[in-house]
Amino acid sequence: MSADAPRASSLVDLYAIAYQIEADAVERYAMLADQMEMHNNPALVDVFRGLARAEGIHRDEICRMAGDFDIVAHARKVARWQLGESPESADLGAAHYLMTPHDALQMALAAEQAALEFFRELLAGTQDPEVRRFAAELVEEEAGHVALCHRLLERHLPPAGGGPAGDPDPSVSQA
Amino acid sequence: MSATLTPACRPADYRSAVKPIWCPGCGDYHVLMAFTRAFAELGVRPEQVAVVSGIGCSSRIPAYMNCYGFHGVHGRSLAVAAGLKIVRPDLMVVVASGDGDGYSIGGNHFLHACRRNVDLTYVVMDNHIYGMTKGQPSPTTEPDFDTALVPGGTGMRPFHPLVIALASGANFVARAFSGNPAETAAIIAEAVRHPGFSFVEVLSPCVTYRPDQRAWKDRVHRAPVDATDDAARAARRVMTDDGFNLGVLYRGNRPPYAPPIGKAVTDLSELEREFEI
Repeated sequence: MSADAPRASSLVDLYAIAYQIEADAVERYAMLADQMEMHNNPALVDVFRGLARAEGIHRDEICRMAGDFDIVAHARKVARWQLGESPESADLGAAHYLMTPHDALQMALAAEQAALEFFRELLAGTQDPEVRRFAAELVEEEAGHVALCHRLLERHLPPAGGGPAGDPDPSVSQA
Repeated sequence: MSATLTPACRPADYRSAVKPIWCPGCGDYHVLMAFTRAFAELGVRPEQVAVVSGIGCSSRIPAYMNCYGFHGVHGRSLAVAAGLKIVRPDLMVVVASGDGDGYSIGGNHFLHACRRNVDLTYVVMDNHIYGMTKGQPSPTTEPDFDTALVPGGTGMRPFHPLVIALASGANFVARAFSGNPAETAAIIAEAVRHPGFSFVEVLSPCVTYRPDQRAWKDRVHRAPVDATDDAARAARRVMTDDGFNLGVLYRGNRPPYAPPIGKAVTDLSELEREFEI
């Protein structure tokens, strides 16, 4: 686990960390969906809205598990990455107006793999039985997401032409 | 503005329903995220915040935020913001700009805003290009940036905004990278808390006209030394660094300019009488 990653010393810490990871993922996928909507790429709008919806379900499930505990306020205290973003944050800088579902799924795969690695390391580094139990659930869940991305990528192969590489309207100053 | 906000605002509470029209991949999306996170961190409610901007891609930010906003005249955002802060010192005033708006058209205002030291936070999204008008060189463009618009490059020495800010009296100087929104948010929050004129330069890639700037994420690094309160030392450091040192570089201790506010005019005829010949 990177030195700047938050540590979970209790179950509520882990709830807060997991909540923040999912909330950040929702925010980024929603922003990407908006970007694609503004740039008239409807296929990608559906993909990113779907990803945001899926991450939102997980976020809300974690909130439900935390019960009356103010998970949002606790996340502000304990779920902080000092040097970077939370692991499941899609790379907004990699977006392109002509990106394809394949590109989007590659982006999602990278984010899911980072989240899986984070929870695996967290699981390996804790002895608390409650934290271990929930961390193991999260590892299993993220592994399922990685597998889902791989399955979807088999259905959405890279385009033979078009996509960012085939931009018919390159910027003037680069011509 | 929403009337149903929870007492502690979340970053999403500072976003308006207007969807940004920046190019996908633009660094300014991250800066927007950093703004909302910083405001949530500061615990200010939207009605306590004003975001003022000029013209350019970066200056569209007020439209995307749920707080007071002023999308003003090219290069004049600091003048508007200083006036606002002086008459409404209760507001937290943050100014958003770009390298064209802030250093070229608004260059003179930049110098005097630093000198005047009104309690503002000035965030400049620097991508070394005029993106909105399709890729002309800006004051921070490298002299050998060779494009169809500027064959062979400008050959001109780039403007050094951090050194200018230090020489002109800015009370807080920092550099951030948009690709690290968490760190950028923390720096913006600290800049707001610091009294006086705080200047935060955010390296924010233009992926359309400067696709080479996608590599910035691999070039940026933490400044190797802590911030100083000695402006001359800070200036020497930033003049000799590689342009990718991130973090707070200078924290000054000058008291902010805050003139006493006169009696508010409630009757327009009072103002009219002042102009009678």
